[in-house]
Amino acid sequence: MNEEMEENEEVAKLMIVFRSAPYGSIYAFEGLENVLIMAAYDQDISVLFIDDGVYAIKKGMDTTATGIKNFSPTFKAMEAYDIEKVFIDRTSMEARGLKLEDLVVEPEVIESDAVEKMMEEQKNFFMF
Amino acid sequence: MKFGILITEGPYQHEASDSAYQFAKAALAKGHEILRVFFYQDGVLNSTKLMEPQADDRHIQKQWSALATENGIEFIVCVAAAKRRGINDTVTAEGFKIGGLGMLTELAIEADRVVEFRA
Amino acid sequence: MLHLINESPFESNSLDDCLKYAAKGSPILFFEDAIYGAMAGTSLEEKIKMVLADHDVYVLKEDLAMRGVDQLVTGMKEVDYPGFVGLVEEHKTASW
Repeated sequence: MNEEMEENEEVAKLMIVFRSAPYGSIYAFEGLENVLIMAAYDQDISVLFIDDGVYAIKKGMDTTATGIKNFSPTFKAMEAYDIEKVFIDRTSMEARGLKLEDLVVEPEVIESDAVEKMMEEQKNFFMF
Repeated sequence: MKFGILITEGPYQHEASDSAYQFAKAALAKGHEILRVFFYQDGVLNSTKLMEPQADDRHIQKQWSALATENGIEFIVCVAAAKRRGINDTVTAEGFKIGGLGMLTELAIEADRVVEFRA
Repeated sequence: MLHLINESPFESNSLDDCLKYAAKGSPILFFEDAIYGAMAGTSLEEKIKMVLADHDVYVLKEDLAMRGVDQLVTGMKEVDYPGFVGLVEEHKTASW
């Protein structure tokens, strides 16, 4: 089916934007679910972390005391799913005291004025 | 145009579902096609036929069901989100179908616009 | 890009977050509790006027009426739901 799609249809540019912190609400978790599902459709997928969404990929999460599923290791699986376009907004990251070495993945750092252009380039995108 | 609608918030607690409904009605009235409404996260709670609001208020599920049946629009309730919240096909109302999250990706691929109504 | 703001700017950062990324000239729509940001005579009025210098800012009529707000910051544009749909015809949307 995927081969057929590639032959017959244009590949769509799709993006998931993470803008919420993990655990306090379900948005970041569901954002990651969407990334992994989208990867199965062989489209042109981008992932962008902005605002509190940058906390979703912080190292060192330990949820054993609360029983809530720790989904941060799953972000590392993005590479295995051939998701290579991963970006982070510099000002969001710096404002929250984070550096690239604090993150479980290695996103490309972009400036805030590139964000809307990146959204505009997509066929559709979701913000979680 | 081909529209998609994504609802991630439950009924009554927040205006999101009401806004999405008014938007959907206005889009149809202007001749647009709504390919699918996808109910996700707490949005799956809009689908239950067990809701019984007070008689002097709008009935959010019935409004949605009427919109689906009168216009032949597909309403998909995310299966994983539904299971977490005690929603399955024994409680979903007319017009709502349980489906996988992949149907949201498919909507993003096919629709000209997907509008997200959220908290 | 049409930016959709649905939270009161008195309690939420959505508008500030959106403004950080929104390109000059991109329209913004206030609906649901965001309509309080469109009201004249609040402590946010000067800020909203600065937003209006760079963006067309629309406010949803139905949500204004429901909340009893009728005095708007000069320059705000009112739209109804068909107008909202019209904006979406012209622009992709970002829901903040």
